Amino acid sequence: MLIRGLTFAALASAFIAGPVAAAQTLLNVSYDPTREFYSEFNAAFNKHWQAEGHPAIKVQQSHGGSGKQARAVIDGLPADVVTLALAGDIDELHRIGKLIPENWQERLPQSSTPYTSTIVFLVRKGNPKAIKDWDDLIKPGVSVITPNPKTSGGARWNFLAAWAYAKQKLGSDQQAQDFVKKLYSNVPVLDTGARGSTITFVNNQIGDVLLAWENEAFLALKEEGGDQFEIIAPSLSILAEPPVAVVDKNVERKGTREVAQAYLEYLYSDEGQRLAAKHFYRPRNPQIAAEFSKQFPALKLVTVDKDFGGWKVAQPKFFNDGGVFDQIYQVQ
Amino acid sequence: MLRRTSPVIPGFGMTLGFTLLYLSLLVLIPLAAMFVHAAQLSWADFWAIISAPRVRAALKLSFSTAFAAAMINAFIGALLAWVLVRYEFAGRKVIEAMIDLPFALPTAVAGIALTALYAPNGLIGKLASDIGLKIAYTPLGITLALAFVTLPFVVRTLQPVLADIPREIEEAAACLGAKPLQIVRHLILPAMLPAWLTGFSLAFARGVGEYGSVIFIAGNMPMKTEILPLLIMVKLDQYDYHGATAIGVLMLVVSFTLLLLINLLQRRIIKT
Repeated sequence: MLIRGLTFAALASAFIAGPVAAAQTLLNVSYDPTREFYSEFNAAFNKHWQAEGHPAIKVQQSHGGSGKQARAVIDGLPADVVTLALAGDIDELHRIGKLIPENWQERLPQSSTPYTSTIVFLVRKGNPKAIKDWDDLIKPGVSVITPNPKTSGGARWNFLAAWAYAKQKLGSDQQAQDFVKKLYSNVPVLDTGARGSTITFVNNQIGDVLLAWENEAFLALKEEGGDQFEIIAPSLSILAEPPVAVVDKNVERKGTREVAQAYLEYLYSDEGQRLAAKHFYRPRNPQIAAEFSKQFPALKLVTVDKDFGGWKVAQPKFFNDGGVFDQIYQVQ
Repeated sequence: MLRRTSPVIPGFGMTLGFTLLYLSLLVLIPLAAMFVHAAQLSWADFWAIISAPRVRAALKLSFSTAFAAAMINAFIGALLAWVLVRYEFAGRKVIEAMIDLPFALPTAVAGIALTALYAPNGLIGKLASDIGLKIAYTPLGITLALAFVTLPFVVRTLQPVLADIPREIEEAAACLGAKPLQIVRHLILPAMLPAWLTGFSLAFARGVGEYGSVIFIAGNMPMKTEILPLLIMVKLDQYDYHGATAIGVLMLVVSFTLLLLINLLQRRIIKT
């Protein structure tokens, strides 16, 4: 009996010890358009990590809609780090999941956003409807494609960018609301996610203009070879800040805090910043940004924190049930 | 007088026990968890959620499109089953295999393909828009997607029943002077009806809950083409778990009531 027990224990420990000794793994739970960027970044980080004398690390990636990914982590997906589309989604890891402290955004430079993006217009080649700025989107006969802000993180940036433009030009909240109402009355389809809208615009050939993340627009352009679409930068847009965070509860349980922290910090290194720029994210480091200044047009950019009081204010005001977005669809 | 007959094959206790355990783990406990979650809402809150105009519009849309799709399949499906059972023709095996494809295909793929085809710029959508008919991004498009996804139910439930009706009965009826329509009305329809209703209710129930294929073709416009499962996703994206379960409970109760009614109807038909 004793011998059998001991054998079992030995076997069990061999099984448990096995994978840990072989290679440590790190799970990065991210959103849709970062797939290509992180597969290249993971390889670069692994090299850097081993050069510092650590054992090799295997980084697994998971991609999906930002909100869905946050819910998966809250429900128990053992993410070591999250790299999502908006701070509001990571806030929920604190509020509902109790997985991270409230001040998570102060733990890394630049409010924990190592790279940024913005919202631009993707139009058909030659720009047949002569779309130059947000004003052109509310003209009758212009068809605008954007996902539903209630289900898509990206679409919330689109909405806020349009709002910021209208507010600055027209002045009052009511006028801004009328403006976005006109804009959304030009939207024939509200897809549930950014990828769905891209399919509607690119493959199904619906709409005159797609409101898109700058990095997604560049990606679509790269894939099409640049002879079907062109990018139009509006006069004013929003600084989209996709943040990153170590998931404290998970790294403590798995003993991966050191490598998880190093992984996120490496996003701020010169190499990490260059890779982000290569994949069409705007780098935070001004020197690296200057290297890529040709790629990214200079824009007047508002931010959620300064101009909207942060996601904690903007989310309920605009997008929760009964918010501004619901109001513009209410039947009079 | 109570008369106990012991069945030929023993094992009632064990099989029933296993059935109950299995059903509990897979169906009852998850559904009960949903009710528990929703029960944390007060009755007034629950009512406010399910009586909101958007939820009511989606409720109407979800159940009417699922009903329309099930009706379409009840007729087309019966026709398909009849053709497949009664006639031998080249390519029958291929069609037979095609019937099950909607089950095998990921529903999102079906949704994207149907949208590409029926969108205003698509191959068929263009022809339709020439005669002023909009298919994708309207309830019509939703019905179409649901009809596609639920196609196999009626066909597969009717096929064995139709195959079991002996030809001799029809021949005997014909010999006795029955006209073809009378044979259909008095012989074939009564035999088909219970299975037909089963197929219909399966298709209907599946259609009410379908999400993947519909969201691509629906257009998801508030008050117009939002289905109930989408509203559940919307609530979840606001981390409003209670609101999401409230709509889930609403769908469950309405579906259960409708299925129960169909079941009762079926019993009456079998009895008569």
